Amino acid sequence: MFNIINKLTHTFGPSGNEKKIADLIRDMLKGKVDEIKTDALGNLICIKKGSGKKIMLAAHMDEIGIIVSYIDEKGFLRFSNVGGINPFVILGQRVVFENGTVGVVWYEENIGDIKSIKLEKMYIDIAAKSQADAERLVSVGDMAVFESGTILQNGRIISKSMDDRIGCAILVQIALNQPRTENEIYYVFTAQEEVGLRGARTAAYGIMPDMALAVDVTTTGDTPECKPMSVRIGDGPAIKIKDRSVIAHPQIKDRLIKCAEEHNIPHQFEILVQGGTDAGSIHTTAGGIPSGGVAIPTRNVHNSAEIVDMKDVENAVKLIEAFIR
Amino acid sequence: MKAALDNLKKLTALDGVSGEEKPVRDYIVSKIKDYVDDYYVDNLGNLITYKKGTGNGPKVMLDAHMDEVGLLITLINQDGLLKFRTIGGIEARVLAGKRVRIGKDQVPGVIGFKPLHLQSSKEREGTVDKKQLTIDIGAKDKEQAEKMVEIGDLAAFDYEPVEFGDNKLMAKALDNRVGCAALIELLKHKYESDIYGCFTVQEEIGLKGAKTSTFQVEPDIAFVLEGTTCYDVPDTKEYGISTVCGDGPALTIMDRSVIADKDLLKHITETAKLNGIPYQFKKTISGGTNAGRIQAGGTGVKVAIIALPCRYIHSPVSVMDINDFENMIKLAKKVLETLPTSITLYREQGGGKVNV
Repeated sequence: MFNIINKLTHTFGPSGNEKKIADLIRDMLKGKVDEIKTDALGNLICIKKGSGKKIMLAAHMDEIGIIVSYIDEKGFLRFSNVGGINPFVILGQRVVFENGTVGVVWYEENIGDIKSIKLEKMYIDIAAKSQADAERLVSVGDMAVFESGTILQNGRIISKSMDDRIGCAILVQIALNQPRTENEIYYVFTAQEEVGLRGARTAAYGIMPDMALAVDVTTTGDTPECKPMSVRIGDGPAIKIKDRSVIAHPQIKDRLIKCAEEHNIPHQFEILVQGGTDAGSIHTTAGGIPSGGVAIPTRNVHNSAEIVDMKDVENAVKLIEAFIR
Repeated sequence: MKAALDNLKKLTALDGVSGEEKPVRDYIVSKIKDYVDDYYVDNLGNLITYKKGTGNGPKVMLDAHMDEVGLLITLINQDGLLKFRTIGGIEARVLAGKRVRIGKDQVPGVIGFKPLHLQSSKEREGTVDKKQLTIDIGAKDKEQAEKMVEIGDLAAFDYEPVEFGDNKLMAKALDNRVGCAALIELLKHKYESDIYGCFTVQEEIGLKGAKTSTFQVEPDIAFVLEGTTCYDVPDTKEYGISTVCGDGPALTIMDRSVIADKDLLKHITETAKLNGIPYQFKKTISGGTNAGRIQAGGTGVKVAIIALPCRYIHSPVSVMDINDFENMIKLAKKVLETLPTSITLYREQGGGKVNV
């Protein structure tokens, strides 16, 4: 499974540019599902036919990044954020463009107090010798993502874009396992979650499922002096109770708990104070779709080095397989 | 093109603050009814027009919102002055000292302010507090004022369009009468695709109209015609410039509401290059447009935005370049004419199915 994760995290895919991820997943699932299609927003929808309930499983393909807004006369790039970016977090980070061009994020050193740093006062250095040189490598409107490796260490993964390639990996793994079920399963790899849960809405409208689960990451409360939160990495997948975008449908939540208890799968509960998931836009689509979520506890979310525990990932696969059966 | 500019000027002279777009809509109907196959007004007030295509192109929606920012009268003071709230985003500093006209009878008024002579030194330095501003309609007291206006009346800026300088136009409501005037012009021509020209309501207060228009039309592709921010005047760092007035229509790659479809964007830029039409990219990601609402409609719509740079947007004295306006129409027209051959639709590929 680490191989799947590794391939997914190393593929370029900021919001609106998910095609490479979609192509990769399409190759992985070819022959394992009955139908694969894409829609106008770029969602990848993989269907395992069945006669029972229509269940939609959603994980978003897109990752946070930056977008080039201006190239100056010396070849430095000005940029804006794509999704939630903290200026402190990206300071000194390497970013990589779709064509492989690498850049370093730095800032105007005359800003005075570093606390006042804003994205407008930052730039990307792509080692260009001039504006013309820079323009050969990138254009205004190009997006870039964090550059960082994916490491498995001590049963835990350190990587960029765990949000939400880990969700994608879980869905891929379940589809490959081909769990026996009467239900019709829609493995939906969504676009543009990080900029406002956009892809999931149109995908859900097209599918009109009987129920839906969003598989995404959640923050944790297990690091030094962090905000209190009763989620820890390694303690099992988190069953969503609530986040900023959705309150999990009670029947979905209860069914997840029942599945976890019946199969002795360690689990915990997610009450996410900041951030939302695809379930937020799915549950209010059309006449309403009962929705919930399974979240992978993740440290340092929206950072180039997010950390998850492999056991949580494997248990999430088991839990969701039990749910859709 | 002369007709388009004439329409634009007449449209900016009409009032259509969000929720009361009728004067604008009536004018548009009079201009398009001979060119479209069908049109109707929906429950929200959107004007939806249909023009049958000559071939088998994708179903295309063209969106331009009719509404403009303005004021809502909320209270009539004892002294006959009117309290108000803004409809859509208007800055307090822009409001003070501006002429407005209120309600259906277009009662004249002015947004009053304390004269400089009477201000304390602190007041002179500080910013304007929106809550302190009132509209003076020349009434001597509340009773007299109540005969002239009612609570709930909408007020629009009272400024006529003026052509000036190097082919520039100064007017209120350029956002988004430029889109309306461009769309009227586009509807005069025939295309291979079925065209749904949608003149929408209530964009400025949260992209309301486009939600129901998209639900009704269910397009494959949509182009949003918009007036957009422009700040290229002195003291702006070059990298902070959104668009440049006179550099051609602006294409949005990403804003707060949407990431434009890559295929459509490519088609637009290639069309522009092929036909020698100038264009620029909008370089900031601020603001939102109907494109965000349209894209998320139904099973999803491929969207792009062709915008016109407007200096001092959301003010009574917005400024645009007439060449930009003509190029916006030219570009949109070419884009529509060449659309069917250059855009691959997921629908055409049988929903993007691949053999498994």
